[in-house]
Amino acid sequence: MTLGDWTPDTLGTGRVLPVVSAPEPVLSRVGAEVDPADPDVVRLAADLIATMRVSPGCVGLAAPQVGVSAQVFCVDVTGHPKAGTVHGVFALCNAKIVEASRWRPGREGCMSVPDLTGDVKRAGRVVVEAALPGTGEPVRLVTDAFEARALQHEIDHCAGLLFLDRVVGPHAIYQRKVYL
Amino acid sequence: MGETAGVNELAITVIGHDRPGIVADVAEVLGGLGANLTDSTMTRLRGHFAWTLVCNGPEADAVSQALEPLTADGRLLATVRAVTPEEDEADAGEPHLVSVHGADRLGIVAAVTREVAAAGGNITDLTTRLAGLLYVLVAEVSLPAGAAAGLSERLAAAAKELDVEITLRRAESDLL
Ligand SMILES: [Zn+2]
Repeated sequence: MTLGDWTPDTLGTGRVLPVVSAPEPVLSRVGAEVDPADPDVVRLAADLIATMRVSPGCVGLAAPQVGVSAQVFCVDVTGHPKAGTVHGVFALCNAKIVEASRWRPGREGCMSVPDLTGDVKRAGRVVVEAALPGTGEPVRLVTDAFEARALQHEIDHCAGLLFLDRVVGPHAIYQRKVYL
Repeated sequence: MGETAGVNELAITVIGHDRPGIVADVAEVLGGLGANLTDSTMTRLRGHFAWTLVCNGPEADAVSQALEPLTADGRLLATVRAVTPEEDEADAGEPHLVSVHGADRLGIVAAVTREVAAAGGNITDLTTRLAGLLYVLVAEVSLPAGAAAGLSERLAAAAKELDVEITLRRAESDLL
């Protein structure tokens, strides 16, 4: 039920895909549930990881961001100063948040909304249930701090939601000027 | 929005008596003239309606005229003027937040923002509120690299002089 010794190598080598930006409609569509053992899904997971890795400062990427309306995403918050629990690089399918607590605000940016950031409340601790791409094995991930925020952001993408849909108030969006 | 070349840019302010429907009324007037509302910010300032906006499209005179019915009773003031589109210049500054709170007194905003300016900082967003005896200022400030520590000291001195609390902190945002 945990990630165990899962590594992204089991997915094979991914391709770097172009990342789409809002208002691209795919970003606002609810992603389809996927068969995690489907070779196309495995390839998609590998592509997401490859794309995340070449994108400076990127700690997570969801399928809609590469134009695919599906519930697949990857996360890697390794080395991030705000990280607590860290599970390394992983990709998940059909993820659901089953527990969320310790809500706190934080300012988020998104590769698909390159010119803005916004203050969004996220749970500082979450329990996520999902399936691993490839084996389809069910996983239950307990995490906190920055990894929890990243998971919520990516699960939102899979549900067709951007941080803009959750911004805490009309004066809580900002022009983003500092590019990583 | 796309290309701004050749587009007529207007700066509009609408300030005055608040009532439900003002935003819709103004937006409808602009829409009716084919004006494309771009960036704007609206709030209530001591109960007054205050909307500052930039839009693209028609001539300033046409917009002024079209807004007249809304301002005819003298309770709402609208100004419209053509502006030269600004280059959205690349700002290499580091975003910070300045928070100030304390007993209201003359000169708080001037003293604090003068220090920010002296440090080469540019204020990109600012809100001040007077709530009872409490005065609050929150500003988003873009600071040159390395300027934060010096400004922090200067603000501490200003805080002492003004007898208010001032904090300067990095406005961190995380790319997800
Ligand atoms: Zn995102």
